[in-house]
Amino acid sequence: MKFKGKVFKYGDNVNTDVIFPGKYTYTVTDRKEMAKHALEDLDPDFIKEVKEGDIILAGKNFGCGSSREQAVICLKEAGVSVIIAKSFARIYFRNCINEGLPALVCSDIFDKVEKGEEIEVDLKEGKIITKNGIFSFPAFPERVQEILLSGGLIPYVQKHFKK
Amino acid sequence: MGFSFVQKILAKYAGKEKVEVGEIVTVEPDFILSHDNSSAIAKTFKKIGIERVKYPERIVIVLDHCTPAADSKYATNHKEVREFVQEQGIKNFYDINRGVCHQVFIEEGFAAPGRLILGSDSHTTSYGALGCFSAGIGRTEAASIWATGELWLMVPETLRIRLEGKLPKNTSAKDVILFLIGKLGADGALYKSVEFCGKIIDDMDLEDRIVLCNMSAEMGAKNGYCLPDQKALDYLKGRVKGEYELIFPDKDDGAEELSFDLSDLKPQIACPHSVDNVKEVSEVKGTKIHQVVIGTCTNGRFKDLKIAAEVLKGKKVSKNVRLLIFPASMEVFKKALKEGIIDILVEAGGIVMNPNCGPCLGAHEGALAPGEVCLSTSNRNFKGRMGCNESFIYLSSPYVAAISAIKGEIDYEI
Ligand code: SF4
Repeated sequence: MKFKGKVFKYGDNVNTDVIFPGKYTYTVTDRKEMAKHALEDLDPDFIKEVKEGDIILAGKNFGCGSSREQAVICLKEAGVSVIIAKSFARIYFRNCINEGLPALVCSDIFDKVEKGEEIEVDLKEGKIITKNGIFSFPAFPERVQEILLSGGLIPYVQKHFKK
Repeated sequence: MGFSFVQKILAKYAGKEKVEVGEIVTVEPDFILSHDNSSAIAKTFKKIGIERVKYPERIVIVLDHCTPAADSKYATNHKEVREFVQEQGIKNFYDINRGVCHQVFIEEGFAAPGRLILGSDSHTTSYGALGCFSAGIGRTEAASIWATGELWLMVPETLRIRLEGKLPKNTSAKDVILFLIGKLGADGALYKSVEFCGKIIDDMDLEDRIVLCNMSAEMGAKNGYCLPDQKALDYLKGRVKGEYELIFPDKDDGAEELSFDLSDLKPQIACPHSVDNVKEVSEVKGTKIHQVVIGTCTNGRFKDLKIAAEVLKGKKVSKNVRLLIFPASMEVFKKALKEGIIDILVEAGGIVMNPNCGPCLGAHEGALAPGEVCLSTSNRNFKGRMGCNESFIYLSSPYVAAISAIKGEIDYEI
């Protein structure tokens, strides 16, 4: 799996309330509709500028706060292909995997890439290719890889449990 | 090297002799909690294409996030949950008259030592107060557990936080956990299993231990726990459903350890807009406030209401402040009613609401206006959390909240 896209860059502790405001959690239920509110309290321009395949690069503890999956879905539906962060909040990381959105942990890249720059991610090789060098990230455990390859937890469960 | 608490529980549930930190295991939880989000979970469940939930008796559903429904969208949501519960024969269903899910879950005896509990809510960590492993997961994962009974988990590292000394008068578990979050940061315990121990924990009653475990999520923890003791066992008497097993870590479990003496702890407050933006209350004394919220799964238990009532007895809430009180459950509400606590709160000018999450997540019952400041006993103060991203939320203990409600500004001395 390879992805190429331009980078949107954010800092540390980006919480789920600014990724997808809590006031919409029970009122906005359509996935495409969710995308329209992605990051609206942090970066209102994001949704105007984002293109299919784009990549989010963030600091520490990305996605902290509530367990709401809309905070993953809205980014995925907006076209985001990969999120790279110094670290992820635990549930957010799980939600990404379970939605089939790769969440990569890589600290070194943060200072080396600017907003708007185009970068490439090779999931299988565990590499991120940028004009300032190649960065690697630890491979996912087998079970997690299977879930990502299936396109998320639901397709994975359908494949393995449905009789 | 020996094994940690979490290694022992996860090994047991994975059917293995031992598990290593970082290993991915597949486990079947004893219980899986969800709330108003159950209708979204049910939709995902239906998408899977499996007809019946695997273990209906392991599913616990409590309606609490916006109850009674604020509008027809919320009402439809509740209706869908009730229909699903009916259709699937889910007996552990608690409708809108019971209270906040985590409190109801504990009162109903689902939390018990040694158990493995998962919930589609980040504060599922609360149950660790009773010596179990409990962690929050996402909705898709909950749907998948409904269908298959199982889920993958990564075995976390353990961080042992030893709290020694004796808490000064008028400080409480809330000040302790705010202090720790301020020290460690919002990611200070990321992915970790956090054990709270030491003399302060031994002295604490269960209600206070719940506060610590509840907010361990705010420093990124996977789960928070206190080892079970007589106090925990006493609480379980007459409540606990089913068997349980006391689990303790080995002495040499290799956990990272932090130690604090809190004998001089000052009242703490989390300032806008992050839970780790913690200061001593004295530093923000005099900040004007418009609303005070006492309640939620963090600080809406009987003890919290009682502390507030002791402060408010014979006094009046400032004219410039709306004091909203949300007992965490109907059980708490009834006890507070019986013991005259509600009377005092209402006489002082407080508004006692029905047990539910209230404005904690901004859905209803006390949303804020632009520019307004709220002091709350809840666990999160992110921008927009109470329904308006131009308002400001501070978090404190019920004691500080009650004093501030009288003064109309943040204060910690009567
Ligand atoms: S009271 Fe607040 S933090 Fe607790 S479960 Fe309800 S919304 Fe979540």
